Amino acid sequence: MAAMVQRLRASVISTPTASLINLVGLAIVAVALVATAQRVYQGGATYFFQTLGFGLAQGAIFALVALGYTMVYGIIELINFAHGDVFTLGAFISLALMPVFGLNEGRISGAALILPLLGLFVVTMLICALVNVGIERVAYRPLRHAPRLAPLITAIGMSALLEGVMNVWRGPFNLHYPDFLPSTQIPIGGGVTIAAKAVMVIVVAVVLMVSLTLFVNRSKLGKAMRATAQDRDAAQLMGIDINRTISATFFIGAALAGAAGIIYGLYYNSVQAFDGFQYGLYAFTAAVFGGIGNIPGAALGGILIGVIYSISDGYFTVSWTQVLVFAILIFVLVFRPTGLLGMRVPEK
Amino acid sequence: MSAILRVGGVTKRFGGLVAVDNVTFEVEEGEVFALIGPNGAGKTTLFNCVTGFYKPTLGTVTFRDRNLTGSPPHRTAKAGIARTFQNIRLFEYMSALDNVRLGHHCRMHSKLWDSLFKTPFERSEEKRITEHSMELLKLVGLERQSENYARNLAYGQQRRLEIARALATDPKLLLLDEPAAGFNPQEKVELMALVQTILKRGITVFLIEHDMKVVMQASQRIVVLDHGEKIAEGPPVEVRNNPRVIEAYLGKSA
Amino acid sequence: MTTVRNFVRSNVRNPNAVAYFLMAVSALFFPAVVQFATGGSGDYLVGLAADGGIYMLMAIGLNVVVGFAGLLDLGYAAFFAIGSYTYALVASNHLGVTPIGHSLHVPFWIALFIGMFVAATAGALLGAPTLRLRGDYLAIVTLGFGEIVPRVFRNAGIWTGGVPGISALDVPTLPGWVQGPWVGQDFGWVPDFRFTSANLTAYYMLMIILIAFVVILVHNLYNSRLGRAWMAVREDETAAAASGVNTVSVKLLAFSIGAATSGFAGAFYGAKLSYVSSENFGFIVSVTVLAMVVLGGMGNIPGAMLGAIVLYFILFWLLPNAPGQMQGLASSLGLDWLNQSNPNGWPGIGEVVSRSKYVIFGLILVGIMLLRPQGLLPSQIRKQELTHEEPEALAAPRQLQA
Ligand SMILES: Nc1ncnc2c1ncn2[C@@H]1O[C@H](COP(=O)(O)OP(=O)(O)OP(=O)(O)O)[C@@H](O)[C@H]1O
Ligand SMILES: [Mg+2]
Repeated sequence: MAAMVQRLRASVISTPTASLINLVGLAIVAVALVATAQRVYQGGATYFFQTLGFGLAQGAIFALVALGYTMVYGIIELINFAHGDVFTLGAFISLALMPVFGLNEGRISGAALILPLLGLFVVTMLICALVNVGIERVAYRPLRHAPRLAPLITAIGMSALLEGVMNVWRGPFNLHYPDFLPSTQIPIGGGVTIAAKAVMVIVVAVVLMVSLTLFVNRSKLGKAMRATAQDRDAAQLMGIDINRTISATFFIGAALAGAAGIIYGLYYNSVQAFDGFQYGLYAFTAAVFGGIGNIPGAALGGILIGVIYSISDGYFTVSWTQVLVFAILIFVLVFRPTGLLGMRVPEK
Repeated sequence: MSAILRVGGVTKRFGGLVAVDNVTFEVEEGEVFALIGPNGAGKTTLFNCVTGFYKPTLGTVTFRDRNLTGSPPHRTAKAGIARTFQNIRLFEYMSALDNVRLGHHCRMHSKLWDSLFKTPFERSEEKRITEHSMELLKLVGLERQSENYARNLAYGQQRRLEIARALATDPKLLLLDEPAAGFNPQEKVELMALVQTILKRGITVFLIEHDMKVVMQASQRIVVLDHGEKIAEGPPVEVRNNPRVIEAYLGKSA
Repeated sequence: MTTVRNFVRSNVRNPNAVAYFLMAVSALFFPAVVQFATGGSGDYLVGLAADGGIYMLMAIGLNVVVGFAGLLDLGYAAFFAIGSYTYALVASNHLGVTPIGHSLHVPFWIALFIGMFVAATAGALLGAPTLRLRGDYLAIVTLGFGEIVPRVFRNAGIWTGGVPGISALDVPTLPGWVQGPWVGQDFGWVPDFRFTSANLTAYYMLMIILIAFVVILVHNLYNSRLGRAWMAVREDETAAAASGVNTVSVKLLAFSIGAATSGFAGAFYGAKLSYVSSENFGFIVSVTVLAMVVLGGMGNIPGAMLGAIVLYFILFWLLPNAPGQMQGLASSLGLDWLNQSNPNGWPGIGEVVSRSKYVIFGLILVGIMLLRPQGLLPSQIRKQELTHEEPEALAAPRQLQA
């Protein structure tokens, strides 16, 4: 704790210009918070908890996608632009697989849903994971020693390709995604309620994130990942199979993104071939906000961006929300590229 | 003679590791000054502090009575400090000639306007630096390689090309990081001759070198680093017989 | 005569010289050939080709950023938008309906340069803090910027005309223009010439003149101290800095020059359409131009131009026509069922083809980088860089480990 405080202090007060920037930044944040607090107060508790629930659910989805960005960036320092589209692919694939699991809207509900949904999750996550591993194998691995620009361009290309394939497959339409989750409100005291849907989304996301954290911290493969992220050459010398570790990273990241795709579909009941571009960018913003390369950072960043998003939507104007999120992305990258919890100090 | 470079109490820390620890010395104008020490002693780090690649944690770097502490590399180059790298860093896919031409960058005066419209001024400046580059290539014995990609040159040629590129910045002080590494005896002799030629052009030479024979012959004065600390300074003979130096080296190899 | 012969001999083996020559010749004869082939109703095609010139200008500019300086700019369309809107504000009645209350009608050529200048300034403001960071952060910052700018234009209400945008912009003008048999008239000098949809051939020629001008300037830059510094920074920033190159300002120049070109193209585009709207500047524009540069050959000016021609042809001629042709092909092969959409989700072959734009982008970007990273018409030096694998030890991101 003391070490963290010290680090925070060191990062806040370093040079005169930096401290000025920090001061201005803090002032802006303070003004925004005051303005928000005022509107929240006027809006009443019920509306606030609705907005918050929406923000947390959305943030949980951002976080799941952000994890994949952060893990891949941590290990091979590549922005995997295609990751956002793997997420949409998860929604598309699960949509196509639903009949296989007997998931027909209106005909199945309640506890009978649990097993088929579980199966849907597992199969979708597996397919997304394999697709992403394939992408790495085909498009990134051959370029691992090429100039840095090359894999970035193929990543953009892969993103376009996935979007294109989904567009050819189902067209540029908003597809209806079945609504299985209960639309009840859970009372949390004082006449205030929160949507059961949001709670479910958050719970599933938290379970997935906790398992990921345990996996990375405890398992042998997880340790290999962390070692490879820290120093690839040293890890190789220690006998770690680098290619396998990188594949595993893409696998896990995409599995989470696939799950996020299903959750997204179940929560919003609509999905479109190009959703992954925007959503991926939000999730990337979340990863950067939390500190790219940092797993708890991605989770925190996801939640924060989700809440900021829904507060901006709920209390300010919807049309400026996206501008706000992307502005956060730019400002964080420029003024605090290590993010909130970042460990990786980017060199010049 | 006066000091061209003053290193005053320079310390560089990386997290908990003190790579350079409160080191002070002066390089006199017109001499060959050597920096030696076992592997990992902090020699390259010190070079990086002098040339602005690292900002010293503490201490000052003064060059020709100007405080250069923490100036970025292109400023130190413009001020008159040139350097080569321990693990050769050439522009591999540029020709040898273009590598040297690039070295002139900070001494050129063509503005964006001149470049856009290829003004007579730009043409004559390009012509002048091309001629000068050929001259420098000749000085390091690479005039016949001018059109080859740097990556296709032999190892020794690459080291010399790096020196030519450094000379193109028109330095007053030249920092060479292990210039003779990997050289055979014949090449080492040639290198020492080159150092003498550079010296005659009025450029002070400050080098890191492991080969004691080269150091003893080439340099007037030596500073020895060990674990980041300065443990000795003086003329070669003195330093060679300094018990702390002997211990540092033997302790390392034992 | 001998000098001509020597000139030809020394250039005939140089692919770039040949490419320039072929492009110039075909560009000059294109309108005549089209009019001849269509029996005089080829105005539409000439206009289409002239619009392609806008993309070519952008590709030339992005090539400076991506090809010369090695910086990935994914928000290139933002500068295009800034150029367009700037032009729209200073050369239409629109400012009159804003709170300013006075409309401006800056002469066309000056307004064009104002658009360019504002875009370059935006590039500098965005690049200055970002270019100090590591390279791939620039890609993300520009991507974010590219998403922000059109939204700001759409949301800025009365200032930018909101969703419908701004219309009735001043069209391009020249103090005079030559007419002749190529537009079916006698030779003559037309004073105060206005470029409208009624004289698309003139617009086309103006486009070619502008491109030639930009190519010469960029070519000069490439062969100057700045071009050399870009190359050096791209290859090894540390070594460039040690050799006295201010790496940040050199990259910033590349970035702003790219932005300026895009802004120039945007201003011209706005003037030609006489209309701007925030819908025209999405990520698709940025990725199209990037794909053009990558396809043609990063770092090579005629390469970028060739890439622009090929991809523009595919996207704006082949793809719009392909659905019909595919349907025709399918029915002539007796495969009529391919044309019918069916309830299983098959939307008919025509629809599939017209949906495949992004697949084409993806295949170009990935395929080129994997199979022929130097592009169709490579720059010699980039070819070496991009095709030689570096040995493992050197491949670590080049950081400050002198
Ligand atoms: N950027 C850095 N970050 C962390 N530690 C560093 C960095 N640069 C150097 N060091 C450490 O500082 C110490 C001194 O390194 P330096 O390269 O200066 O030694 P040197 O004397 O040049 O050794 P050699 O003879 O092997 O070249 C080493 O322990 C090295 O690991
Ligand atoms: Mg060293």
